[in-house]
Amino acid sequence: MTENKAPASGSILVVGGGISGLTTALEAAEVGYEVFLVEKNPYLGGRVAQLNQYFPKLCPPTCGLEINFRRIKDNPLIKVITLAEVTKVTGAPGDYDVQIKINPRYVNENCTACGECAKVCQTEIDSAYDFGMKKTKGAFLPFEMAFPARYVIAPEIIGTDDAARCKEACAYDAVDLDMQAKTLDLKVGAVVYATGWQPYDATKIDNLGFGQVPNIITNMMMERLAAPNGPTQGKILRPADQKAPETVAFVQCAGSRDENHLPYCSYICCMASLKQALYVREQYPEATIYIFYIDIRSPGQRYEKFYQKVKDDEKIIFVKGKVAAVEAAAGGAVTLTAENAVTGEKSSQTVDLAVLATGMQPTAAEAKLPGDITYTEDGFILNDFRKGGIFAAGCANKPADVVSSNQNATGMALKAIQTLAAK
Amino acid sequence: MDKKYGVYICTGCGIGDALDIEALSGVADEEGLPVQTHPFLCSQAGVDIIKNDTEEKGINTMVIAACSRRVNFDTFRFVGSIVERVSLREGVVWSHPRDQFAALTADEKEDEANFDRVQMMAEDYLRMGMARVEKVDLPEAYQLETFSRKILVIGGGITGISAAIDAAKAGYEVTIVEKENQLGGQANNWRKQLPLSYPYDTTLAPTIADQIKELDNYANISVRTNTVVARLAGEPGNFTVTLKKPGEKIEFDVPYPLPDEMKVDEKGKELNAEQQHEKYLEYNEGRKDILKLDPNGEKFGAVVLAAGYKPYEPKDGEFAHLGFGELPDVVTNATFEAMAKTGRITRPSDGKNAESVVFIQSPGQDNDTDFEYAGAVTSLVALKQATYVREDYPDTGKAYVFYQHMRTPGLQENFYKSIQQDPGIFLTKGEVVGVSKNGAGLVVDARNTLLGENVKVKADLVVLGTGLVPATKNDPVINLAYRQGPSFRDNIDLFQGYCDSNFICFPYETQRTGIYAAGAIRRSMTMEESIEDASGAALKAIQCLESVNRGMAVHPRSGDLTYPDFFFQRCTQCKRCTEECPFGALDDDEKGTPKPNPARCRRCGTCMGACPERIIGFADYNIDSIGSQVKSVVVPSEDDYSEPPFRILGLVCENDAYPALDMLALKGLSYSADVRLIPVRCLGSVNVIWIKDALSQGMDGVFLLGCKHGDDYQCHFVKGSELASIRMKKIGEALASLALENERVAQFEVAIDEYDKIPQIINEFVESIETMGPNPFKGF
Repeated sequence: MTENKAPASGSILVVGGGISGLTTALEAAEVGYEVFLVEKNPYLGGRVAQLNQYFPKLCPPTCGLEINFRRIKDNPLIKVITLAEVTKVTGAPGDYDVQIKINPRYVNENCTACGECAKVCQTEIDSAYDFGMKKTKGAFLPFEMAFPARYVIAPEIIGTDDAARCKEACAYDAVDLDMQAKTLDLKVGAVVYATGWQPYDATKIDNLGFGQVPNIITNMMMERLAAPNGPTQGKILRPADQKAPETVAFVQCAGSRDENHLPYCSYICCMASLKQALYVREQYPEATIYIFYIDIRSPGQRYEKFYQKVKDDEKIIFVKGKVAAVEAAAGGAVTLTAENAVTGEKSSQTVDLAVLATGMQPTAAEAKLPGDITYTEDGFILNDFRKGGIFAAGCANKPADVVSSNQNATGMALKAIQTLAAK
Repeated sequence: MDKKYGVYICTGCGIGDALDIEALSGVADEEGLPVQTHPFLCSQAGVDIIKNDTEEKGINTMVIAACSRRVNFDTFRFVGSIVERVSLREGVVWSHPRDQFAALTADEKEDEANFDRVQMMAEDYLRMGMARVEKVDLPEAYQLETFSRKILVIGGGITGISAAIDAAKAGYEVTIVEKENQLGGQANNWRKQLPLSYPYDTTLAPTIADQIKELDNYANISVRTNTVVARLAGEPGNFTVTLKKPGEKIEFDVPYPLPDEMKVDEKGKELNAEQQHEKYLEYNEGRKDILKLDPNGEKFGAVVLAAGYKPYEPKDGEFAHLGFGELPDVVTNATFEAMAKTGRITRPSDGKNAESVVFIQSPGQDNDTDFEYAGAVTSLVALKQATYVREDYPDTGKAYVFYQHMRTPGLQENFYKSIQQDPGIFLTKGEVVGVSKNGAGLVVDARNTLLGENVKVKADLVVLGTGLVPATKNDPVINLAYRQGPSFRDNIDLFQGYCDSNFICFPYETQRTGIYAAGAIRRSMTMEESIEDASGAALKAIQCLESVNRGMAVHPRSGDLTYPDFFFQRCTQCKRCTEECPFGALDDDEKGTPKPNPARCRRCGTCMGACPERIIGFADYNIDSIGSQVKSVVVPSEDDYSEPPFRILGLVCENDAYPALDMLALKGLSYSADVRLIPVRCLGSVNVIWIKDALSQGMDGVFLLGCKHGDDYQCHFVKGSELASIRMKKIGEALASLALENERVAQFEVAIDEYDKIPQIINEFVESIETMGPNPFKGF
């Protein structure tokens, strides 16, 4: 073995730039491999970029993202391609031909992120980053800490006067309205899908009222409401009337552990609701919170400690029971009906705001990915380490929290490297 | 390197509109440095100017006054040159908009009594940038004299076996050491095991034998059973490891640090370094000092620590309310498993069939927590063990699982669901309040169960779902020959014996570089999770080897080529650097002189911050480079203006506080223009001399802005911000010697997303200084 060279060569494609994809990409690149990191959004960070805080430390995810971005900046072996999707994967382990479609950003590398385009743009579009709770300009920076720190022109305004105005306002010739989608062909030795998850569509859970009653929101919406850079600058307010809630109910297993929706446990929702209960309690010392649950899944010393801390708060009331219905009540309030799992008693509770702890559905459940891949019935990608070559990391593989996703994603970097070594 | 300087000022993004660029250029002119301006420096045309200067004029030391170094990092990367980025855009112009910080009119400029705070700020930052590049050098990578690519795996259970195979498959040589005389660890004691793959719906016959056998396929894996690590010395890439038989006493057993109470004499006075060393040798009689390398030791480059767990052993009298200790038919899940492994399930008391078995998941007593160290594993284990009852007694066997919360997260839910199908297994929420004798059997009292409000269940056997105690809880296992001690020190206490440090974002980073923990010593894990975890740890071990071989730092300053350099002639052997290093990178000798181990270092600079003699520095970050920046700030006095502006120094953590400052600029927020900010690697690297320098040159106050410390610390270097806060508390003496108020120096905590709070933090500090009045040293 030579002393100065890693034992194998070749490139790795990582699909998905959320925390798992970032981790796989960085861990492999820091061993010394070339990595292409492909992300469909115009920014990296995925779901965690939308979170206000991590449990159980209650620290901002942007802290960890920032250092990962810095690692990317310091490592020329990682090539980041945003607004891109993998359209074709052919070949065998160690030797894949992949095709990547890159959608136009309409902004080129001249962009200095000065923001003049956004100032002149008049059209406002729904911000997907904020789950439609906020409008953003048709020319926008996805969020403050976005990486790459470059604006995007929304396809919605292409061909309008607004687009022309943006172009004119740019002193750096960075707006390119004629930009077209293009394809990129790459040769790689291994592929890691870190395509993540999406919140389960809560409108499918009829009895829980989401989409019918405005003051019923999802847990991911709650993250945005609590985030300083969110639609309410971090103030938790009822969407319908911007009122500060005095009572909030969390509905656990909204869709998860339910044969009609997601048959599995989504792993994170218990801890997420415990955390969100603290968001509310910190902002509103008088607020009362109800958490309706089947089991509180806070495994491990750290999570258990966190749960006990939340439980010690007298204004957070735990109700053992599955919520059967959430309906509109007077004055914008909502009423929950639940059956106590132990006593069988039906109880109802009227609150100002209900938060559905909706579960995670693998992104691949609805859009199958190219390549020789086997899925579970629910769309999680099964890893076949004997075959190798193509792997899934993080929540593309199973429901997981950030800790487990990072562990799993680190390991997948090695699996990818093994594929190159076996070539 | 013969430095040839060039200063480049970008006037784009509003810089040129807000600042007097000619005057700003004058700052470089004054120092005799060539300066150029460009309206769009990050454009190809702009970058080409710099490139041409490099090629044609040999310019190799650039000060680029434009945007924050967090952006255009690739555009302004000039390999082989020293590059300093002066943040005029985020640091000056955007965070001090002219509608709030008015520029001087042409008339006002005529009168020398007027000054423009924002212009002064820009000029100072340019001076500071020029001062820095004069004092820094390009790093030269640290090269180990001998380098080993071999990986040591401690622990031959499933985690260790998996890590070894994973590393071997990537082409690395591995040695597994196992303290028992056979591989397999805890898995050897199981009758059945939890599912390893989707659909997770059934138990498996033990797979450990196959997994052990798979090792035979790898010529690059060697196995040493009946072996433990006596000591592990050196640094990543060059560890010297002494192996021995368990229980053996040898001279290379690792010595332990002297306990605090032995560091003082009878009167409580601290002994000097040599006296302490003498005591330490007495204390560790028969063991060689850590600096004595075992000539017969084996070389390894990195370590995977997979020492696993021990089943929890209840203390005397613990769980007495559940009959444990008194009733022989109340056992732990580990005892039950061992029994099930060897034969049919019977009652320990009389050997009769145990056909009715109750599994208890929570000790209860008005508490709904599971047993300690349970994780999600004990819930799954109870489900698995319930099937044994049904296997042994298909017709009559009954298993009851009483849980407060069934913990089968994620896809493990499938296993729970499949167990629910068995009509002989009763799963119920409930609090068990007591277990008592009932003739030859037992009776279990439970409340609030799905089977009724208060139930009594007759049982032959009761099984407690006790947890998995990490092997590192009471035993260092790795036995590091490090001056800071043989184990992971700080975080073990914080994390109940688990090996960890930044467990959310960077789960494999222990506080000991080159040693990566995997499996049940990190948290309670199933076999499947342990196998997966082993891959990650193996990757980190490989990555560490390769990074060290390139002379690069590992996480979080991955790729950094600098390392601390010591000017030993002036060392006073105070040992502070050795004691404060969060990563135990330094060892001191019998006199107290530190021995650096650069490959163990994470490059945070805490040693530099700790050193009272200021003899520690990095090529691009040292006492002089920051000190010179501080000194280059112009501090106006009454000789200059009738009411001179205040000058306040802010030392800000580059990891979180500095990005937050960029964010506030982007958001259009602003703060006092009288502060001058210098990014630092970590607050732990802040040396008090910089604060003294600032105050003795007439600056009016100094603040540190960095990460949260304490149990939920956000410091990337674990201890940096905490150590800084301790130093700041002790700074009073230094200030008293200058006859200054304590309040002129402060430390503030800020998280990366709290950019909206920073203006208030800074402005309030500035106001408090203004209330105190100017520094009396001003103008001297």
